[in-house]
Amino acid sequence: MAFPFRRGARRARLHPTGSSWGDTLFRAGSGAAGVAVLALLGLIAIVLTVNAAPSLRTFGLGFLVSGEWNPVTNQFGALPFIYGTLLTSALALLLGVPVSLGIAIFVSELAPPSIRIPLTYVVELLAAVPSVVYGLWGIYVLVPLLAGYVAPALQGSLGFLPVFQGTIYGTNLFTAGVILAIMIIPTVSAVTRDALTAVPQNQREAALSLGATRWESIRIGVLSYARSGIFGAVMLGLGRAFGETMAVTMVIGNRNAISVSWFAPAQTLSSLIANNIREALGTDLYLGAVVELGLVLMLVALLINVFARLMVWRFLGTTEGLE
Amino acid sequence: MTSKLAADKVSAWYGTKKAIEDISIEFEEHSTSAIIGPSGCGKSTLIRCLNRLHETVPKARVEGHVLLDGKDVYEDDPVAVRRRVGMVFQKANPFPTMSVYDNVAAALRLNGVRDRKALDGVVKRSLEKAALWDEVKDSLGKPGVSLSGGQQQRLCIARALAPEPEVLLMDEPCSALDPIATAKIEDLIFDLKKDYTVVIVTHNMQQAARVAETTAFMYLGHLIEVGATRELFERPKETLTESYITGRFG
Repeated sequence: MAFPFRRGARRARLHPTGSSWGDTLFRAGSGAAGVAVLALLGLIAIVLTVNAAPSLRTFGLGFLVSGEWNPVTNQFGALPFIYGTLLTSALALLLGVPVSLGIAIFVSELAPPSIRIPLTYVVELLAAVPSVVYGLWGIYVLVPLLAGYVAPALQGSLGFLPVFQGTIYGTNLFTAGVILAIMIIPTVSAVTRDALTAVPQNQREAALSLGATRWESIRIGVLSYARSGIFGAVMLGLGRAFGETMAVTMVIGNRNAISVSWFAPAQTLSSLIANNIREALGTDLYLGAVVELGLVLMLVALLINVFARLMVWRFLGTTEGLE
Repeated sequence: MTSKLAADKVSAWYGTKKAIEDISIEFEEHSTSAIIGPSGCGKSTLIRCLNRLHETVPKARVEGHVLLDGKDVYEDDPVAVRRRVGMVFQKANPFPTMSVYDNVAAALRLNGVRDRKALDGVVKRSLEKAALWDEVKDSLGKPGVSLSGGQQQRLCIARALAPEPEVLLMDEPCSALDPIATAKIEDLIFDLKKDYTVVIVTHNMQQAARVAETTAFMYLGHLIEVGATRELFERPKETLTESYITGRFG
């Protein structure tokens, strides 16, 4: 078959100079954007380290294990806030993830379309509510509800556990965990739903054809297929719980000490920074300690991420969904 | 004639679109039957009605009766029906998070079998029946999806055979495979009819001729002709059948 172009003309059409320029530009542009992310992370770490230097020099590693936070005597330690951040985030996952999974399974596998679409919108709308609004709602609705009914009930039934003993304060660690749980639900359920709807239909049918019931087919055909996606959703939720500041500050009670009881006021890394930064400005050591908390927050988040990824490799033997 | 499985005036819809209309056909026990026809003729829909899988698609609907040993499966529990009527799909679909062993054992575990010895026996027997045992016996712990395409499809056959179904439905099981893997699976289908009633959907007429005693031809949602395979290919009664097998359309 005769080709209607001359040889030279054909080459010119396949590699026109203009598009080659475009290629170079595009590669340089997207490369720069990629490098910028790393540079930004590095710059944040540098600025935090420089500003935290007085505290880093004075307290060294002891900062991480000291429980004392006293601006008057210039004694600073991060332990109560690391404890508060880890525990409230853990509570948030414990309470929020099952509900999120339930929502995602219902939306992607069980709900008829007439319910599925409005429900999807409502759940995503929740993600758009500003956290200060969650905080206000927490103060006016959640605090009285939890302190008035839920906490006494827990104390009555599970009171033998030290964490449920002691005086019930209105604003406390448990309330912060609950509000974080509510706040991560939209993210975790939306990302989980995406992971579930991406499961090929033939997986569900494989399970059904073996005589699986509806639930069994969701379990072996859908949830196990999507598990790395679900894991990613949980990690996103954890990230949000770690960093959430406003709503937590409004309901946690802001006490700079570790209490065994979950019904006692506490403090997280981010809520302490928000509460103290203004006061700390002007005092080098105080400011350094507050900034160092930011560094610790970054580090803890990084460590948890690395640890979680290692767990996935170890137990699931897969790297899929983690790239 | 003992018919193991029979469709009686079966029609099926996807939403308002009718996919098959008023189909009656019988499948003999311990025989292989092929269903041929051009794409979109409803052959897959028909066999998906036989194990009540069609109705799991949103807005899909079935009318008519499907008799398994003379009893209407549409009056039975669909889960119980699917345990007696196994299925192999067009594209191999092993569970990606499960090992070779766990894939084969999946149906038994669903039935609550936990005894390791019993599971070991069934896994070995099923893989042998699927002519895969020799190739995977040293790598039962590897992920099922690490096998080659043809091996994955035989793994799916082993998985379907593990719960000892009475009928095995196969929906174009070789359409994604190379000729060597296809030949292996065809040999396998030929052997399976000793123990099972096999119904295979295929768009490959040579394949139907090689593996099936009985062949049915479908066109545009209707069953045009059923007969002994040789008879149907050599002396088709309907002109539509003749046009199709001589390659004038489809």
